[in-house]
Amino acid sequence: MSAAGHFAYWVTIFLLMAGLYILIARGNLIKKLVGMSIFQTSVYLLYIAPGKLIGGTAPIFAEQFKVYSNPLPHVLILTAIVVGVATLALGLALVVRIREAYDTIEEDEILALDDKLEREKE
Amino acid sequence: MISAHLPALQVALPLIAAPLMVLVRRGGIAYGMMLAVAWISLLISLLLAQQVADHGPISYHLGSWAPPWGIEYRVDALSAFVLVLVSLAAAAVVPYSRRSVEAEVSREQHYLFYAMFALCLTGLLGITITGDAFNIFVFLEVSSLSTYVLIALGRDRRALTAAYQYLIMGTIGATFIVIGVGLLYLMTGSLNLVDIAQRLPDVAERRPVLAALAFLTVGISLKLALFPLHLWLPNAYTYAPSSISAFLAATATKVSVYVLIRFYYSVFGETLVFKELPVPLVLLALSLAAMFIASFAALYQENLKRLFAYSSVAQIGYITLGLSLDSVGGLSAAIVHLFNHALAKGALFMLLGGIMLRTGGVSLHCVCGLARRMPLTTFGIVIAGLSLIGVPGTAGFVSKWALITAALEAGLWWLVLLIVASSLLAVAYVWRFVEAAYLRAPAPEATEKIEAPWSMLVPAWVLVALSVYLGFDTRFTLGGATRAAQMLFGAGG
Repeated sequence: MSAAGHFAYWVTIFLLMAGLYILIARGNLIKKLVGMSIFQTSVYLLYIAPGKLIGGTAPIFAEQFKVYSNPLPHVLILTAIVVGVATLALGLALVVRIREAYDTIEEDEILALDDKLEREKE
Repeated sequence: MISAHLPALQVALPLIAAPLMVLVRRGGIAYGMMLAVAWISLLISLLLAQQVADHGPISYHLGSWAPPWGIEYRVDALSAFVLVLVSLAAAAVVPYSRRSVEAEVSREQHYLFYAMFALCLTGLLGITITGDAFNIFVFLEVSSLSTYVLIALGRDRRALTAAYQYLIMGTIGATFIVIGVGLLYLMTGSLNLVDIAQRLPDVAERRPVLAALAFLTVGISLKLALFPLHLWLPNAYTYAPSSISAFLAATATKVSVYVLIRFYYSVFGETLVFKELPVPLVLLALSLAAMFIASFAALYQENLKRLFAYSSVAQIGYITLGLSLDSVGGLSAAIVHLFNHALAKGALFMLLGGIMLRTGGVSLHCVCGLARRMPLTTFGIVIAGLSLIGVPGTAGFVSKWALITAALEAGLWWLVLLIVASSLLAVAYVWRFVEAAYLRAPAPEATEKIEAPWSMLVPAWVLVALSVYLGFDTRFTLGGATRAAQMLFGAGG
């Protein structure tokens, strides 16, 4: 297959790297979660793209349908989406609590606050 | 009749209990249910272990759908062993939780705490029992998400950031695992672990398979806190509520080690992973780094929970070291250390929870002269610490001995020296506690006895006693581990 035939994979890899980069490089806790979400979404594509055949239908056993798409990856990814949503929701809830406790959602400011507390103790 | 459905019950019981606890909304009732669930789980896992020992591996078809289409629950010598470990930890930690949760978690959240605990137990048992690759991911997320919540329930506000950090790193790990499973599915068209293993040799294109192996290795290593992917662990263990620190230290990383062993030996096969690729070399180097760097880090900690969290990273190094030796001896040393370390660490964190309750902190200056005020707690910590070091007469010695024997079998005498040297580091960090608790004088105004409540001492001491008992009677631990290792090598070729 040509590079164009692998289009879905290129998009997957791009999203994967972009998400991971945001996750690592950003200090804002919300932006990190955005990166995490993109990172997880790229995997949905990795599963679904190979399951789809052009011109394929749902697996209906009948005369006029010859080419089927594989439904299993879709089902798996439905589960993965649910997991992703739950993770994102929990992450956002934690950020709300962090904001209440620290009054900031910047990672470096939070670390500085923790360090200050530690030094005051000693 | 019911004994045929034990594999399903093992997972379904805590899974059904969790929403029921949320519905009743009473902390006391939720606690009672959780206690029943944990003890029945222990019973089920022991029965399963007995069945496996008598009749060989159990294959349970969920909803009677035959594998590879349906989801298969598979209990063999290794998973039965880990199931017993997880449910034993839960059975010990739940009775302990009552007092410690009352002190650390606000009252209206108690039922939620136990519901999350039940879900966490579900996830860990599910990961261990399932024979389906995607199912592993789902259970992994069930246990991880509930763990994040449980850690965030800690009193300190740093528990929130610890939970957030773990959420980010855990999700990266889990996503890597899904990518690995996805690539395996693309190449073999199957999700059943046994089925994948049978189809893999026929796969012509090797590169995606190797990529799957790499993604799975990194993803699982994040979850098992293999050095240098351990950064989430110290904070998570330090700021979580005491009973959760104990439960996680005893189970979470151990179950991930199980998943790694499962994928290496039962799916990819020993030949591919250990003979054709430099995996053993990488594992060896990282294990040694963990054993030394994490032990040194432990030496400089003021907070005892954090000290023993770093010690956990070091001890995981011993487990992966056993794996990297690629022999029946090495693998069984890894599996037996998984069990023995879980007992010692579970006991340690439970006893530290008692100190936390009575003195309000677990930093080294809080425990000055504590031996006179909490004699049972401190003595328990010392014995569990001896097991960490690997002193003869404790369970830790059995696994260290197995590890050293395996290293000698492989002809790596320098490795033996390194194992002993890193044990000396363990002596040093355990000594820091002993020195503070036994040799330093308590503050003059604080001399009255403040022993931890019985409900917290007894479960912890049960684990301490087991750590000593299993140092002498190795039939279940070393015997079980050796059987599991022989089975894995038999299956791998």
